[in-house]
Amino acid sequence: MSTAVIPYISESHPVTGVTNSKLGTWCFLASEVMLFGGLFSAYVLLRTGTLEWPHGKELLNVPLATVNTLVLITSSVTMVMSWASLVMKSLSRYRFFMGLTILLGLAFLVVKAFEYGHKFQHHLFPSTGTFYAVYFTLTGLHGLHVLGGILVNLYFLVPGSRLWRTNPEQFTGRIECAGLYWHFVDLVWIFLFPVLYLL
Amino acid sequence: MNSELGSTLKRPKRPDKSNHKMESLMGGRRENEKLPFWRRYIFSQDHKVIGIQYGITGLCFLLFGFTLMMLMRWQLAYPGKPLPLIGQFFPETAMISGIMLPEFYNQLGAMHGTIMVFLGVVPLAVGGFGNYFLPLQVGAPDMAFPKLNMVSYWFYFVGGVVMIASFFVPGGAAQSGWTSYPPLADIAPTGQTLWLVGMAFLINSSLLGSLNFIVTTVQLRTEGMSFFRLPFFVWAQFVTAFLLLLAFPPLMAAAVLQLMDRLAHTSFFMPSGLVVAGKVLEASGGGNPLLWQHLFWFLAHPEVYVLILPAMGIVAEIITCNTRKPIYGYKALVYSALFIGFMSFLVWAHHMYLTGMGTKMSAFFQITTMIISIPSVIVLTTMVLTLWGGSIRFNTPMLFAIAFLPMFGIGGLTGLPLGLAAADIHLHDTYYVIGHFHYVVAPGTIFALFAGIYHWFPKITGRRMSETLGKIHFWSSLAFINGIFMPMFLQGLAGVSRRLFDPTQYAHALSTQPLNVFISICAWLLGLAQIPFILNFFGSLFWGRRTGQNPWEATTLEWAAPSPPPHGNFPKPVRVYRGPYEYSAPGRKKDFWPQNALEAD
Amino acid sequence: MSALSHGGIRRHVRSYIGVFAALAVLTLVTVAVSNLRLAFFFAIAAALLIAVVKASLVAGFFMHLAFERVIIFVLLFFTFLFFLALLILPALS
Repeated sequence: MSTAVIPYISESHPVTGVTNSKLGTWCFLASEVMLFGGLFSAYVLLRTGTLEWPHGKELLNVPLATVNTLVLITSSVTMVMSWASLVMKSLSRYRFFMGLTILLGLAFLVVKAFEYGHKFQHHLFPSTGTFYAVYFTLTGLHGLHVLGGILVNLYFLVPGSRLWRTNPEQFTGRIECAGLYWHFVDLVWIFLFPVLYLL
Repeated sequence: MNSELGSTLKRPKRPDKSNHKMESLMGGRRENEKLPFWRRYIFSQDHKVIGIQYGITGLCFLLFGFTLMMLMRWQLAYPGKPLPLIGQFFPETAMISGIMLPEFYNQLGAMHGTIMVFLGVVPLAVGGFGNYFLPLQVGAPDMAFPKLNMVSYWFYFVGGVVMIASFFVPGGAAQSGWTSYPPLADIAPTGQTLWLVGMAFLINSSLLGSLNFIVTTVQLRTEGMSFFRLPFFVWAQFVTAFLLLLAFPPLMAAAVLQLMDRLAHTSFFMPSGLVVAGKVLEASGGGNPLLWQHLFWFLAHPEVYVLILPAMGIVAEIITCNTRKPIYGYKALVYSALFIGFMSFLVWAHHMYLTGMGTKMSAFFQITTMIISIPSVIVLTTMVLTLWGGSIRFNTPMLFAIAFLPMFGIGGLTGLPLGLAAADIHLHDTYYVIGHFHYVVAPGTIFALFAGIYHWFPKITGRRMSETLGKIHFWSSLAFINGIFMPMFLQGLAGVSRRLFDPTQYAHALSTQPLNVFISICAWLLGLAQIPFILNFFGSLFWGRRTGQNPWEATTLEWAAPSPPPHGNFPKPVRVYRGPYEYSAPGRKKDFWPQNALEAD
Repeated sequence: MSALSHGGIRRHVRSYIGVFAALAVLTLVTVAVSNLRLAFFFAIAAALLIAVVKASLVAGFFMHLAFERVIIFVLLFFTFLFFLALLILPALS
């Protein structure tokens, strides 16, 4: 606890209209856009550089991934509801929605693990070919981001929620920022799903 | 712009059960003094301690990277001859009876570049000077996210350890150039994997740091500090932070892809049918080596502006202070810096002219490259014009700052034939390129960093450095550094390739071999020339003449804090009333008017 | 957060249900369109168009971007410019 007094942690800056953490989170998301941009750029270059590229539908489980897409979208709704619960001053409802978000995130990962396991059983690995390399790497990195989000949400569900008692505005702001990250992860999947599975 | 710092000092709405005192800025200081040593100086969250950590670590890595180069210069001057005195102590994997092996030479080359750029210059320029002085110059008590700041330093530290550790794994350190081009880097020994892992840590360190810089500059400027009252140093760091934020992630993506190639045997970068040592490589193929180049240079070009912008910021501060004049063309400087930042994302493929891109793409990148040279010239011109009619104080920081101008000029001008594809065909991957970029970074940026150290040492430590030792350091460094890099243009024009283990194997390189001896001797003498600096630096810490709050009589806010500033920086909140460079304002008694001074002063 | 009152939040919550329904429908639409086996160019265009609409809904309503301040938009504008450069230029080279 050696911090000097830093303004605009819980209240918005009078000119920019945002708190420090909100601006910081959006900056972080901007860098994530560039990270996945690099990966999508790799996909574009590799795909346009080859004559043959398999249809995602032939090689991947589209129904399962569609379910997963709906799982992630639902988790986005529960995430934003957990923040809204805090704005409406209900810690218990926050806990309910945040718990649901975590469960849905875990469900997403379980389905992914099932998908990967199925591929490995059939001796289909990243090294099998460029399509699989792209599929495993892009969904793998996305999956790691989902895992990271789950861990952050777990922290905010249990130990981090102590802040609600001493500084509810700051805690609500933190959940809003955690929500921004979670929605971004959903956003990436919204593009990843059609690009890899449907085209 | 009226950011109401006072409004944050209200009482909290709920009973505050924590110990967090919100009554005054000095409350933070009292808390800080109660912390144990390891939390105050090792895992500190104070931007000044973190800045010093970055600075000292960066200087150590600079010295280490310099040593690697001095070893390389022996091989280049006297190929195949045993290294005297110390050659015997190197393992058989590096030197046999003191004679350097080609693999070790390549490791030295790749790691010299990596260490100087990513472990030396950027941590010192951005992590060191930026962390220490940005909050002070905007009038903030600290960075916006102190915990994140601390984490960013330790990520850098771990990344550095991983990089150095790579020398000691079987096969040695990375040896495919600092550019790590596949397919060579894909099949290189283990050290390359550690390079990629180290880079991952460094990239994340940069990311967290740049977040902090951006949010601090936007949100924590003190009352009266509008954007156009910011010192140019802050603008430079601000633009640099955006470059780091947005340009590094594609290299992170590329590093992930290369790690996949090396560890999971994918073929992101491996073309089909690659033959290595007579055997066809067992890989799925279908990859594209150029993909790496695009992703790498997408970062690495903005990276060079990360190297130069903070230096320009430092030089601007020192020149204006030591000419007792406001900077000529402050707004032009600011807009040029913003424009450089923007354009730097659109020029990267000028490093790839020889990869077979079509004429349309080549023309596009040539045009953007030519355009970006314009704001760089504007920056240089404003600084030169500031000197005109100035009352110049030729102290050590000013000598380094003035020398930066022609040195950066040479570096920039020699970049022009490289930026034009037709000339680049002849000069690409020759010593001309090495001469060009070293002029910009070494007598360019590093001189500016030395200038910054001499200029801000009194603020950080409360003591002065010796002017005599400083001048010896300056003149000898200036002479020898030009002796190293000027002949390289001749070598490059003669067609001598870079990254050559033994130049005497090529007939066209024999004519310039005597230059290699001259360059190497200058390099070793340049090493010796740093001794006065090292002695001065450490000696002054203990025995330097004590100094007050504003020994240079400067106007920016860091000089309004004590030397060194306490935790929380300013004993009373500062308010800004004027621009950053009110030197020799008409009708005033003193030749400087600090930003925070009241009208009556 | 400063822009949201207790009453305002209820309006937002109502919109979340609507957005969720739209996203679910669009997901099914994008799968259905892919089953049509359109020519490659149209398949990509359709898939990306639907994805952009979905992304805009998530960004606009869940991430409150539709109600956000200028400074965030400025940051995102430049980010997307550079994102497009990274995505398109290497393939053109």
